[in-house]
Amino acid sequence: MKVLVTVTDVAVVDDEFEIDGLGVDERYLTYELNEWDDYAVEEAVQLAEAGEDVEVVTVTVGPERSEEAIRKALAKGADRAVRVWDDAIADRDLLDAETKAALLAAVAREEDPDLILSGVQSGDDSFAATGVTLAAKLGHEWAAVVNDLELGEGTASVHRELEGGVEELTDVELPAVLTIQTGINEPRYASLRGIRQAQNKPLEAKSLDDLGLEEASLDSPLVWTATYEPESEGEATIFEGGPDEASGELAGVLRDRGVGQ
Amino acid sequence: MSVLAVAEHRRGELRDVSHELATVGAELADATGSDLHLAVVSGDVDAFGENLVREGVDAVHTVDYGEEFNHDVSVQAVEQLADELDPDYLLVPHSVNGLDYAPAVAERLDLPLVTDAVGLEADGNLVVTREMYGSKVETTIEVEADRAAVTVRPAEWPTAPKGGDATVESFDVSIDESAVRSTVTGFEEVAGGDVDISEADVLVSVGRGIEEEDNLDIIWDLAEALDATVSASRPVVDNGWLPKNRQVGQSGKVVTPDVYLAIGISGAVQHVAGMKGADTIIAVNKDPNAPIFDIADYGIVDDLFEVVPALTEEFGG
Repeated sequence: MKVLVTVTDVAVVDDEFEIDGLGVDERYLTYELNEWDDYAVEEAVQLAEAGEDVEVVTVTVGPERSEEAIRKALAKGADRAVRVWDDAIADRDLLDAETKAALLAAVAREEDPDLILSGVQSGDDSFAATGVTLAAKLGHEWAAVVNDLELGEGTASVHRELEGGVEELTDVELPAVLTIQTGINEPRYASLRGIRQAQNKPLEAKSLDDLGLEEASLDSPLVWTATYEPESEGEATIFEGGPDEASGELAGVLRDRGVGQ
Repeated sequence: MSVLAVAEHRRGELRDVSHELATVGAELADATGSDLHLAVVSGDVDAFGENLVREGVDAVHTVDYGEEFNHDVSVQAVEQLADELDPDYLLVPHSVNGLDYAPAVAERLDLPLVTDAVGLEADGNLVVTREMYGSKVETTIEVEADRAAVTVRPAEWPTAPKGGDATVESFDVSIDESAVRSTVTGFEEVAGGDVDISEADVLVSVGRGIEEEDNLDIIWDLAEALDATVSASRPVVDNGWLPKNRQVGQSGKVVTPDVYLAIGISGAVQHVAGMKGADTIIAVNKDPNAPIFDIADYGIVDDLFEVVPALTEEFGG
């Protein structure tokens, strides 16, 4: 059995930052493995550990920088990795869900996995649509926002985390794409041994050409036109003067409301 | 021209976002000189259809097929509705179920998809406002095409009032059962247990800023000193440090206490959805730009590991 996990690195913005053009100035960004993908990798690795002959392959659309996040997934137990990138991709301002799914689908067709796990969303642009779009492109079944997974013969029994503390229990036919919600498992920390081994695991870079895709496959009618800091709607009274003084004033607010009497 | 908005229901109830979509849809229909069509697929469609007669709606289409949401059914039904109504814009809630079928519909209809809209303008091309980096920045995306599918963030628009003179029509679909390859087998309530945070008058709520499980002690101490109940945001529950019945937010509980003390909580939209109805909101966070301060009444911008013990001491803890 083969499990393909889509993995991305995401930009995390410092508390204080400046906007430069359409993006946040690189000086205020750090990159890390997308939180949702961390859970998806863990779920795949646990399937591999519980089953026999399960191969876990990660696929990423990202520049060389993203190899750090990919190596992290390999260190946690994925067997090998594919990274899709191309100068033509780097030239685009925006990779929408459809475009990303088209790139991932090209890899999925080559790999032909039984199961694809994808994070519910990425922590930076949060489109939350790539996994289901990928399923539609491949003609696979899918389930979005999965927080429990059990594999049976030709089916996956999942819980989908709905709003308001309710879960939906659903069976989907395999092959399927499942978008994985945080909390489904406890992602492990990479061991030193895992980190060492990850250095020698295969990480293959693929261009559009390698995947048999034209540059036109990146075309999208969606144009990113502006980025700005939202006007603060806040009218909060902020207590200052250090922890002790501020706590004293806050205690007054609480007492006024009958708290802690 | 026309706009098609698809309502959402669960276990016999239309969800509020359905009535919000009627508002967004009416605004978009006004701006583009279009008719607004609402659709509801599955469930008690007669009652739902009547309920969806709202101001600004021109027609409601009901699809009587099964009881609960099933994405394979919704994909086929919405595709057939779109074939019939030929909408320029398709609106779907940015909800767990919306995300389970809107991308597939967009793919099959070859519509560009913009998700999680918090603003829409249609003076010329459609321009969608959405947030990035956990609400730290807003972006605009212009759709350089005549048609699009958009998922709309819940609780951003008001609900449309009942009224108007929309027609309610049953829409016949032909569902290919062989393409229904998923089965909803049931539901499970996961937030039960001994504590009901939605009943608490005072909540001390803890988030990712607490960093480690062992650090929760200072939160329990403060809650005890204030005679308050402890609740949490998602990351604390995901880590297994507190049970699911303590989680505030979209996937947890909606709470409306007299006082909500948010400690080390950034205020992601999913969290705010669960606590914005609190009378007094107090935030302690070291990030002055944390979105929680946008809805807080009082705040302290400082290290929670210094503020929390100091506050506990104020109350003799």
